[in-house]
Amino acid sequence: MLWNALLLAMREIRRNVLRSFLTILGIVIGVAAVIIMVTLGGGATVQVTQQIASLGSNLLIISPGKRMGPGQTVGAAPFSVDDTVALARDIPQLVAVAPTTSRSMTVVYGNANWSTQITGSTDDYFKARNWVAKSGRLFTDSEQRAGAAACVIGQTVRQKLFGNQDPIGARIRLQKIACEVIGLLESKGQSTMGTDQDDLVIIPLRAFQRRIAGNQDVNIIQVSVRDGVSTTRVQQDIEHLMRERRHLSENEENNFNVMDMKEITKMLTATTQVLTALLGAVAAVSLLVGGIGIMNIMLVSVTERTREIGIRLAIGALEREVLLQFLVEAAVLSSFGGLVGIVLALAASVGLASVLNVPFVFNAGIVVIAFVFSAAVGLVFGYFPAKKAAQLDPIEALRHE
Amino acid sequence: MDTTSVPVIELRQVTKTFGRGTAAMQALRGVDLVIQSGEFVAVMGPSGSGKSTCMNILGCLDTPTTGSYLFQGVTVGSLSRDQRAILRRHYLGFIFQGYNLLNRTTALENVELPLIYRGDPVEVRHQRAQEALAAVGLSGWEHHTPGELSGGQQQRVAIARAIVTQPAVLLADEPTGNLDTARSQEIMDILTRLNFDQGITIVMVTHEPDMAAYARRTVHFRDGLVVPEHEIQHEGGA
Repeated sequence: MLWNALLLAMREIRRNVLRSFLTILGIVIGVAAVIIMVTLGGGATVQVTQQIASLGSNLLIISPGKRMGPGQTVGAAPFSVDDTVALARDIPQLVAVAPTTSRSMTVVYGNANWSTQITGSTDDYFKARNWVAKSGRLFTDSEQRAGAAACVIGQTVRQKLFGNQDPIGARIRLQKIACEVIGLLESKGQSTMGTDQDDLVIIPLRAFQRRIAGNQDVNIIQVSVRDGVSTTRVQQDIEHLMRERRHLSENEENNFNVMDMKEITKMLTATTQVLTALLGAVAAVSLLVGGIGIMNIMLVSVTERTREIGIRLAIGALEREVLLQFLVEAAVLSSFGGLVGIVLALAASVGLASVLNVPFVFNAGIVVIAFVFSAAVGLVFGYFPAKKAAQLDPIEALRHE
Repeated sequence: MDTTSVPVIELRQVTKTFGRGTAAMQALRGVDLVIQSGEFVAVMGPSGSGKSTCMNILGCLDTPTTGSYLFQGVTVGSLSRDQRAILRRHYLGFIFQGYNLLNRTTALENVELPLIYRGDPVEVRHQRAQEALAAVGLSGWEHHTPGELSGGQQQRVAIARAIVTQPAVLLADEPTGNLDTARSQEIMDILTRLNFDQGITIVMVTHEPDMAAYARRTVHFRDGLVVPEHEIQHEGGA
């Protein structure tokens, strides 16, 4: 009985190809929209998660000033190398303490020049950021102590200055210093905030202080907390220690700020997920609208085929058989719309993912859900027209012109 | 069908009223009619005489308001809509004035339709439908759609569809109403043959005395009642 209803439905759909296509258009768009939203949202979430990993696990950033972001207080004293020594000594949960100080500068190699961020730091910087050299090496202890003119560069800088050449051993110029490239870092890509993390040159802190900055300041301290230790706890310890070192009395506010990068990324992930859910819900509404479109066409179809229904009832079709026929037709229509929507959505997702620069993450769950949902939409919205068909009076229906 | 004691159709004081209250219209006003198995009965009468209403009741498409309809001894009035549908698919065949074939559907598929609802397997369906089409002289036309067939051919497809289930009774509502004399005679020849060879009971509504002449008995309707036979004799003589 079901098989016959299926065959009948297929035949009926084939007879009205254009109309069937227009009928399912709503479902196609609805399903495609849901899948695209969820797939891209999933991709964005994965991207954020990857960025958490690329940031280095359990990274805390200590900066002078009262608030994070643009509200930095002018005049808050910078840190010193002694602060980093104290942190490393007094807080045993820290695996890396990297003092950093940066400046935007133009680097020159041959005819090529490129404006980038020059950072002075120690080997701990790479440890804290969970970063390794792709080729060459990182700083040696003696280079750090002596403030040698050696530098480690990011992928973007390599590409701008060296193209595809091997940069190791080359000498690049930072203002007056000629600096030997000793290492090339792995690529990290974009950060959560959308900045290029590979656009940087790192030199030993001492070299930076002596030859570029001309002072002993440390602008930002990046520390990495040992795995399995609560970053919130450590954050409090750091604040405590820094208040002491900066001689703040009890009623004074912090004149520095400890940022937990993980918390920020978590927040961003949550935001992405909420946005995904929201957009998915909006898309789901269009699925519903598609369902109403199916109901419309099925009602028209029932009216058009009143005589046919009369014939079927007269020769002995049961009410439920007519009901099933129209119900199956609606379900076949809508699930076909679902299939078309899925194909369209996957193609569009792949394209959009590459345009928007987020990874394409195939989500089998949402594809199955969208398909089942589209079939269900057909059943729900097909029921009323089907019921109407099944309950026709055969005598009246046969008289219908 | 071998039990001749029970008539295949028996109407006892059947009335049918449409509408309610002052708008009520009594289409049948106490019809008594007995049709034995194997009969070929023509039903005549002016429009509005109740013959169509009576045919709907005979076809189990409708039920009497009062009185009873016994089909092979079974009271139809007490059956549900679905039970009547099952009765129709097994024991009744319908032929309409307007053929009522499914458009854009081949002759074979049209004829197979009642068998689909009976749940016959595909091979049986094909074979029976082909036999039925052969019986009405349409072998070789299986894959033509109604649009590609003449009126006479369409009506023959309709007859094939009606007899494919090997029903006990064939109900024909002006089967030749849309056809010219030659085609009408073809149709009547087929019906006569089905009645004679296969013993199918036929009840046929017609306006034309020529067609009614093929039947072995004619029942006249007037004002919602069956006209007694002696009155017809009288009228015929006048």
